[in-house]
Amino acid sequence: MTAVDERPPGPFWRRGRAGQVFEIAAVPVASVFLALVVAALIMLVSSVITTGSVDWALPLVAYGALLQGSLGSGSAIFATILQAAPLVLGGLGVGIGFKAGLFNIGGQGQFLLAATAAAGVGAALATAPAPIAITAALLAGMAAGAAWGWIPGALKAWSGAHEVVTTIMLNSIAAALIGWLILGPLMAPGFSFGRTGDLGNSVLPVVLGGTIHLGVLFAVAAVPVVWWLLYRSTLGFEIRSVGANPAAARYAGMRPKFLTMLTMSLSGLLFGIAGSTEILGVSHFMTPSYGTAIGFDAIAVALLGRSHPFGIAAAAILFGALRAGAGLMQIVADIPVEIVDVIQAIILLFLAADVVVRHLFRIRAAGGIADITTVTSSYAGRAS
Amino acid sequence: MDQIITFLDSLPVIGVLFQLIGYLVATMPEIAPIFVALAAPIALGALCGIMNERSGVVNIGIEGMMLSSAFAAFLAAALVAQAMGPTTPSPIFGATVPILVGVLAGIGAGMLVSVLHAWLSISIRADQIISGTIINILAFGLTGYLNRLIITPNPRLGAGIFQPFAPPAGLVELPMIGWMIKGFFAHGPIAISVLFLVILLQVWLFRSRWGLRTRAVGEHPKAAETLGIDVIKLRYRNVILGGVFAGLAGAYLTLEQSGSYQDGMTSGRGFIALAAVIFGRWTPIGAFGAALLFTASEALRVAISITPPTGQLGDVMRFIPAEFYGALPYVVTLVVLVAAGGRSIAPAAVGKPYVREART
Repeated sequence: MTAVDERPPGPFWRRGRAGQVFEIAAVPVASVFLALVVAALIMLVSSVITTGSVDWALPLVAYGALLQGSLGSGSAIFATILQAAPLVLGGLGVGIGFKAGLFNIGGQGQFLLAATAAAGVGAALATAPAPIAITAALLAGMAAGAAWGWIPGALKAWSGAHEVVTTIMLNSIAAALIGWLILGPLMAPGFSFGRTGDLGNSVLPVVLGGTIHLGVLFAVAAVPVVWWLLYRSTLGFEIRSVGANPAAARYAGMRPKFLTMLTMSLSGLLFGIAGSTEILGVSHFMTPSYGTAIGFDAIAVALLGRSHPFGIAAAAILFGALRAGAGLMQIVADIPVEIVDVIQAIILLFLAADVVVRHLFRIRAAGGIADITTVTSSYAGRAS
Repeated sequence: MDQIITFLDSLPVIGVLFQLIGYLVATMPEIAPIFVALAAPIALGALCGIMNERSGVVNIGIEGMMLSSAFAAFLAAALVAQAMGPTTPSPIFGATVPILVGVLAGIGAGMLVSVLHAWLSISIRADQIISGTIINILAFGLTGYLNRLIITPNPRLGAGIFQPFAPPAGLVELPMIGWMIKGFFAHGPIAISVLFLVILLQVWLFRSRWGLRTRAVGEHPKAAETLGIDVIKLRYRNVILGGVFAGLAGAYLTLEQSGSYQDGMTSGRGFIALAAVIFGRWTPIGAFGAALLFTASEALRVAISITPPTGQLGDVMRFIPAEFYGALPYVVTLVVLVAAGGRSIAPAAVGKPYVREART
């Protein structure tokens, strides 16, 4: 008799298939709700600081504008999708690492290097036929991202250097590298600032609504592909086995070192797709100061989505909606867009302190971020 | 002597190295203060990391702790300055009440964020790297939000900065060691204190009862607990004390170095500090050396822009892109990490939450 059977029958949403989903989703949903409440309190407090009086309706006005700006119209929904696409890809990248017990904080570097590679190759092939130019630029970006992800994987496999530290270092090295590339070999003449050349035919075609480019479809496709890879393929089984118990995986004849390198490369590849499609589809050129917080945002998405591809997709859409609606919220309610970062961080805080959340909402579900507790265990530098 | 130097400098290929050494010796008195000024916040951040990791708690949130402290220090100082009106700086470091309040606020913010990290990683037993990541995201978001709300609309906010100490001319002009005195002491109070804090922590960590207990808790908490050490309490205390150093690092940035606050102004210093902890093998003096080494490339870049090297060396230096110096600390850390290999150099229990066995 298993533990599940011993439970008294609960309400319908706690039984059967729905019960499983409830168990997994309860804590994340509760965390999002609590974070929105806390953010509302922050808005109230800050309105006291700036105006000297409490405007009790302010959070409602702000969240109303947020909703309006993210889901209120066709263009708002497109904006949300556009924001969510790189988060889906990055979230999958971090999530696939979590499944193997690896923590890729290097998404930023992988994204930026891929973006630079795609921008460079795309500009060089600006006059080539579009299918060739786009394919070559995308492949260059994907290769750059995968390579930058492979390095920490290889370092961990060969020497046991922990990927958290090495990816942080590689982020900074990538920043220096792209600075040199864009102000050096890849710099386009005739501009007042350092940037790569015009993309010409390498620009990704728009497939929907004037803004949704081909890269968004990649993000949509990546969700089932990664799900299949993780849960239906032998490789995915090996990745999850290594993450759950490296020693047992090795006894079963799997190769943890190879899988570490492969998983980090796949993670980098996903960030690479995100970086190159953002450049080829949205920005159309690359500068040394290209601003992105994708590395940390993707971690937030993966944690909220509990490393499951479908969860990650839902979390990415939520964060994409927050980002898309924040602009209107700033205009209507005078709340700085940075509140989105605050909300995101508070969600993570509640996820990490899931004991508190479960107590508050009487959620019995096990887990929390338990599926990634293997991440820190190898920090002291032992090879697996 | 001059002939020997000329001969060495004219050697093919290796000559450039001798020219570099000669150049460094010649410019060192100039750049030594820059060196220490750049290294100070990194060394302080590293001391925070050492306090955490020596007692068995991974801290990749140093960046976020420093950023919150920098913000809190600036805001507190500026608000007090606004409330008090003009004040006369004291003759010691040009300190004013607002600046001192700011430093205290910075330390307080560092400790407060550390309490969060301690609670998440010790009591809640969340993954410590996740906890650090959350702290970085939270600090970035919250400071960005408050900065936009409070500081950006009031561009005249500010409280000034500490004035650097001017060592007596007699000491600075001493042969051989004069430049070192200038390098270490021609600063404001926080940068000067770094040297003493490093030595103090080194002695504490390896020569005191507290240090022995801390290291025991970081290496083998269960054994420490058997000997009657309260692992949970000691870890809490050390993580929160570590926040003091991160707080000083933040206060240094806004109240001693720049006098203003910009979004994300720590710009990766917390991560270099993490690298310095590892490179310095979890010892304060080692980490301080690493911080100096890491900022050497930056200091060298400054030196080149002030007094460009001439001749063959100048040609070589101009050939190296400026970005190279920016990447050097990280490349060096990677090489060290890989060279250290699987050998465990970190405290053995770092990253592992401690679960006390139930009393029967």
